[in-house]
Amino acid sequence: MNEKELIAQLFKTEYRKIISVLCKLFGIVHIEIAEDITNDTFLLASETWGLKGIPENPTAWLYTVAKNKTKDYFKQHKTFSEKIVFDIKQNQNLSEEVEVDLSHKNITDSQLQMIFTICNPIIPAEAQIGLALRILCGFGIDEIAEAFLTNKETINKRLFRAKEKLRTENIKIELPTENDVNSRLETVLTTLYLLFNEGYHSSTQKTHLRKELCLEAMRLNYFLIENKTTNKPIVNALMALMCFHASRFEARTNQIGEPILYDQQDKNLWNEELIAKGNFYLIQSASGNELSKYHLEANIAYWHSSKLENPKKWDNILQAYNQLLLIEYSPITALNRTYALAQVKGKQTAIIEAEKLNIADNHYYFSLLGYLYTDIDDAKAIWYFEMAQQKAKTDNDKSLLNKKLDDLKKKNNS
Amino acid sequence: MIFRSEINESFGPTPEQMQGNIQHWMDWMGGIAAQGKMASGNRLSFEGKILKPNNVIADGPYAEVKEIIGGYIVVKAINIDEAMTLAEGCPILSHGGNVEVRSIVAVNS
Repeated sequence: MNEKELIAQLFKTEYRKIISVLCKLFGIVHIEIAEDITNDTFLLASETWGLKGIPENPTAWLYTVAKNKTKDYFKQHKTFSEKIVFDIKQNQNLSEEVEVDLSHKNITDSQLQMIFTICNPIIPAEAQIGLALRILCGFGIDEIAEAFLTNKETINKRLFRAKEKLRTENIKIELPTENDVNSRLETVLTTLYLLFNEGYHSSTQKTHLRKELCLEAMRLNYFLIENKTTNKPIVNALMALMCFHASRFEARTNQIGEPILYDQQDKNLWNEELIAKGNFYLIQSASGNELSKYHLEANIAYWHSSKLENPKKWDNILQAYNQLLLIEYSPITALNRTYALAQVKGKQTAIIEAEKLNIADNHYYFSLLGYLYTDIDDAKAIWYFEMAQQKAKTDNDKSLLNKKLDDLKKKNNS
Repeated sequence: MIFRSEINESFGPTPEQMQGNIQHWMDWMGGIAAQGKMASGNRLSFEGKILKPNNVIADGPYAEVKEIIGGYIVVKAINIDEAMTLAEGCPILSHGGNVEVRSIVAVNS
């Protein structure tokens, strides 16, 4: 591995650790100073390592530089240091000099606290995801912009506003109390869930970037599982869900990034290891009394990840969708539930229920009715698929619908 | 919607029947929830007590009535007619029970 690759890799793993420790030390008010010092540290690494070669212990090298840069910063900025040193001494009874504590324990604690700080309901979900990508995943502004299909300026503004909000509200970098952990954890999990979905369903064609988003969500989720405070059944349920979905990564797009529908996927490309992990976390999640939407979604994903045809499969999926809708309504869940209903009780029954749904602004609704009417009333099916095509937004969706229409028309002409 | 059915002393379904029954209820409620019209609901246990004047306590929720309430759900509907349409297909109808549809009175009216 050359030094560029090594730095890129260390950036992914060490950036979040250093910045979390520094933020924790300075307070969220000075998050930008923490960012600057961390960025400078990596900049120095890329300058020095290129010339002098890679040091024996690159991580330790980064930590030493970060420590020294912090000391330098204190020396150069008298007022800042007086204020900070005063605050720190007040809080921690430290001796003369401020020491950056990059021990394993402090790194882990600081990171966990940073997750809770960033995933704070006072800032909008989109900004939480952006900040998480920036601070906890070491993503560049351009990468975040690409993931959100927007420009760098928008992302910069969004992140600036979010940091400003954390600053003015003077959010403490700390763990929630025992009583608050569950409700605060819910916000954290929502952010991770959205981050994962951003990668899984994003319309950007860059498959590599999309995968990275999903992997980051899984990494952060795994971090919560590793910590005793946050290793709750619901966290394991979300992890199981992500593992099952991620297992189909290689199978769900072709070489040029076009989606391949579930039915047409090459099951040999499904990742067995991730399916096994999904099963493991699903079992871990099955304790306690809570049946969260992540439990139900993981349960559905479990049935979809099974290669064997089980006669009970669709029964179980339908029941999980019923329960999911009772917890939280969403149009997509309603459509998926109706598809499952068709598998269990037949298309006729499903048509009656589908027509009650009234989700006319969604092309998937018309697409579903097109599917349900296929072989029952092909003329109607064609009409619905054509409606879906008018409403579809992406080229991928349009071309999938085109294919369906072609097949149907061919069938009816022959 | 309030679900009532007659007390059936010999009511003793097999586990399979119970499971099937739960699925019928879930499918029916899932259909309402899929329209985004479910607000909340509860199934009531058969255990219960009745408090009468002068601190007289009777066992069971069904001491002196012919029908018992098995549960209720709250749905979102514009009027009674819409709620009546939602009530169609309720599993209790095939067990000799009935669905009573009532509107909720807003707090400040």
